[in-house]
Amino acid sequence: MTPFPSEQIENFHRLAPEIILCAFGIVIMVADAFVQAAHKRALGWLAFIGALGGLLGVHFMAHDPGNAYSNLIRADSFSIFVHLVVMGAAALAILGSFNYLDEENIQRGEYYALVLFATAGMGILAGANELVTAFIGLEMSSISTYVLAGFRRKAIKSNEASLKYFVLGSFATAFFLYGIAMVYGATGTTRIDLIADALQKMMADQGQVASLAILGLALMFVGLGFKVVVAPFQVYAPDVYEGSPTPVTALLASGPKAATFAVMLRIFYVSFGTAGNFWFWAVWISAVLTMIVGNFAALVQTNVKRMLAYSSIAHAGYILVAFAAGTDIGIAAVLFYLAAYALMKIGAFLVIAHLGQPGEKRLEITDYAGLGGRQPVLAICFSLFLLSLLGLPATGGFLGKLFAFQAALDSKVVWLVVIAAINSVIGAYYYLRVIVAMYFWEPSKEYLPSKVAPTLAFALAIAAVGTLYLGIFPARVLELAKVAADSIYLR
Amino acid sequence: MPSHLLTVIALLPLLGVPALLLLRGDDHTWIRRIALVVSLAEFAISLFLLRGFDSVNPGYQFEEYYDWIARAGIHYHLGVDGISLFLVLLTTFLTPLAILCSWQAIHENVKGFFIALLVIETAMIGVFVSLDLLLFFFFWELTLIPMYFLIGIWGHGRRIYAAVKFILYTMFGSILMLVAILWLYNLAGTFDLPDIQAKLQTGMILLPARTELLLFGAFFLAFAIKVPLFPLHTWLPDAHTEAPTAGSVILAGVMLKLGTYGMLRFCLPLFPDAAHRMAPLIGVLAIIGIVYGAMVATVQTDLKRLVAYTSVSHLGFVVLGIFAFSTISIQGAIFQMLSHGISTGALFLGVGMLYDRRHTFEIKEYGGLVNPMPVLMSFFLFIALSSLALPPLNGFIGEFLILIGTFQNHHAWAAWAASGAVLSAIYLLWAYQRVGFGEVTVEKNRNLPDASGRERLILATMAVAIIFMGVASPLFTRRMQSSTDSLLQQMDRVQNASRRTATPELAGKQVGIELRQHQNASAKKISLRRVQP
Repeated sequence: MTPFPSEQIENFHRLAPEIILCAFGIVIMVADAFVQAAHKRALGWLAFIGALGGLLGVHFMAHDPGNAYSNLIRADSFSIFVHLVVMGAAALAILGSFNYLDEENIQRGEYYALVLFATAGMGILAGANELVTAFIGLEMSSISTYVLAGFRRKAIKSNEASLKYFVLGSFATAFFLYGIAMVYGATGTTRIDLIADALQKMMADQGQVASLAILGLALMFVGLGFKVVVAPFQVYAPDVYEGSPTPVTALLASGPKAATFAVMLRIFYVSFGTAGNFWFWAVWISAVLTMIVGNFAALVQTNVKRMLAYSSIAHAGYILVAFAAGTDIGIAAVLFYLAAYALMKIGAFLVIAHLGQPGEKRLEITDYAGLGGRQPVLAICFSLFLLSLLGLPATGGFLGKLFAFQAALDSKVVWLVVIAAINSVIGAYYYLRVIVAMYFWEPSKEYLPSKVAPTLAFALAIAAVGTLYLGIFPARVLELAKVAADSIYLR
Repeated sequence: MPSHLLTVIALLPLLGVPALLLLRGDDHTWIRRIALVVSLAEFAISLFLLRGFDSVNPGYQFEEYYDWIARAGIHYHLGVDGISLFLVLLTTFLTPLAILCSWQAIHENVKGFFIALLVIETAMIGVFVSLDLLLFFFFWELTLIPMYFLIGIWGHGRRIYAAVKFILYTMFGSILMLVAILWLYNLAGTFDLPDIQAKLQTGMILLPARTELLLFGAFFLAFAIKVPLFPLHTWLPDAHTEAPTAGSVILAGVMLKLGTYGMLRFCLPLFPDAAHRMAPLIGVLAIIGIVYGAMVATVQTDLKRLVAYTSVSHLGFVVLGIFAFSTISIQGAIFQMLSHGISTGALFLGVGMLYDRRHTFEIKEYGGLVNPMPVLMSFFLFIALSSLALPPLNGFIGEFLILIGTFQNHHAWAAWAASGAVLSAIYLLWAYQRVGFGEVTVEKNRNLPDASGRERLILATMAVAIIFMGVASPLFTRRMQSSTDSLLQQMDRVQNASRRTATPELAGKQVGIELRQHQNASAKKISLRRVQP
């Protein structure tokens, strides 16, 4: 028997999370055919174990860092950090889905399989060291989420969400692909680290970067900006977020955003970072637009789910503030923000998923009246997530914003920070309005609270504790983020 | 042995929260008792501060210094000096009274109410003792949420409007302060207030005039909204009027002082040039506030709103005293902060007692109350006299010190401000006359019960505090003296440091020497700190 080449083992280690996730996904797909309808929930547990297995896979990555598969994939601290965020998000979303799917009568195996495939795609995005690999990861996560968005097949809104997401999303990925082609044309490579070398050489020889490469970057910004939902590419997001099944919205708002920001960081900072900050103003303008559009549109929403959709647009804007810093402090700030954001956003959407009740009927702000008296624990959890989204001290959201502002100020991006600060006060209005409804309004008589399932309670508890942990004892995670930020430039 | 007294004081009220959570929600008696016991214990412990306080030492005392988020340069750094000492005591003094006055007034969600009061106490003390800018901001924002709930859940009439207005106003100011804090961190490399002060005084960091003005503006705006300084005061009448009695007591008694305290602690020592440049404008705004607040108070038909507007007027005095930049006026400002906390807190308590009986604040609903309630109304008169600064009560000392201190530097300011003292006599006495004297005009009022034992206890405590502060004022000012002196010296040193570097001939040599001296000094300081814990 020929010995297994050690190189292959390294490759397996460095791609372990994705391999595990896909394996579980395939098993679930196959098993789905044999499991009776009444026992489909077992597949959900299998998926949850798969997501935890993905986290275990990160452990292999951490012990054997380096490049894999001829430098297509990088297993570095940066990738590990994003993997943790993405897989944690997937695990929480799965936990929050069990009862939702029962209530909606769509408890099916492929749902969980798709979540796992989407997560694997996000993992590939996080670790991609090559643009076509990134494209594959993007497509993998996108196509799975297109289907997930339309998973409530009988609901018109869900269908609309799926179709809209699919058509516009395909368009966006096409932009991304076109951008890759142009960058390849300008630099002769699609590897992220080699592009940096080629651009540097170009700078040295000609004193400027070829316009083809800049155009390529601009197109990639369009494609990726669509996925992280920054203005002016945000138009689809409120409809898609509102129409998707709420646990899917929770995943959509956290996972793909984190993974896509990760690949954006690699492309903008590593490939194009050394060749001067010519993308700075694009990010600056986009950040301002994103925050303003997100916050002002959220102000006038009466549907809480849609309001949170706009709020996640606004948050992409705050992340761009850190992004605009262009330094490793900026990377660390983005990463920390993504972790805090994922926890609070998933928590908030899972609360909405529960309160929506079958058919997602109860999403209006008036439906939240008097919740503080009827379901105090749930109301406290929701308030915590909202206050964290608002950015109040002792929550992860506050420190996320703080580090983002700090990073931007460190790079003398003062006015952007001032605009972001004012925006976060505007945001305070609509987050507080929900709290006003929950605590200050009279409860409606006909509302019958349903019991919170233990799995959902567990997911909410993790999100709430995590939010507080990041807000009060952020040192460890911040340390990890800084190490991750440093690792991105290593060769 | 390092002292943990401040940590204990700052966090003790939080210990009451799990205790309250463990009780059943309808066990109102024990919820009240435990909240009261916690707050009384807190007050007792805070008195130890007085014992250990060295009134000659102008620096921070009872310091505690630990890393909190080391990578981001954020420390857990506490300390008190002559400026914050009595504000901490004011907080611990008023909280038990606020709890007592809510004994019967609060029926719904009693547990949540007392938890909110305890959390707010922790947050306010945290603001007064934090010496790290970010820790300060942390507590600063933490005060908002419980107060928001206090107004929004247990308030009167337009409570939701008032709660939202209160929180949005304050947040708008504080978020710009956060940006300024971060900017300052970028310049100084630390969030530690004493460190930043030292660096400014030695010229290690120099703020260009424009930067200084912007930073000053951001800090000042946050504090001015909180105080509130005219024309940023519009949230105050709503919040005060709609809040439950305990909320108004805390709000007027302590929370407004967070703003004036912030001016003393940050605006003056960190940005003295900008403070001097802006002082004429701020002084004029303060005087407008004094006169305008008094005049608007005069015409109110709602008793609680009237008391609320007196705060605008009285806090105008405080701001005036601070920006007159004399030792006496600043001492007067600190004293006035305390005495306003007591007097206005007591006024709100009295108004709350009337409300408990009649459930209205309309002045015309009352009249001739002295007949059915002689005890309550006597106390009320006494409190009103203290609020209008009758010698020898507490209000007089503060206003008098502010006026003579201000007169030293600005004759006109003092003259204008003095008119506020006259107006305060008009609105308070006139209001008292309409409420208390004459025949009973509304039939319902004829048989109102006089003050109960609990109410007598509250009012008598307040009356004792009023007299004590009036006759024993040197006990207070003596402990403020060295800190206020050192504050003004710090301002001079920072200004000199920036002037020296502005004139190039002197710059190189002197700064070089001072830099080295400072580096030695700070190295020692750091090594000391590392050894201590």
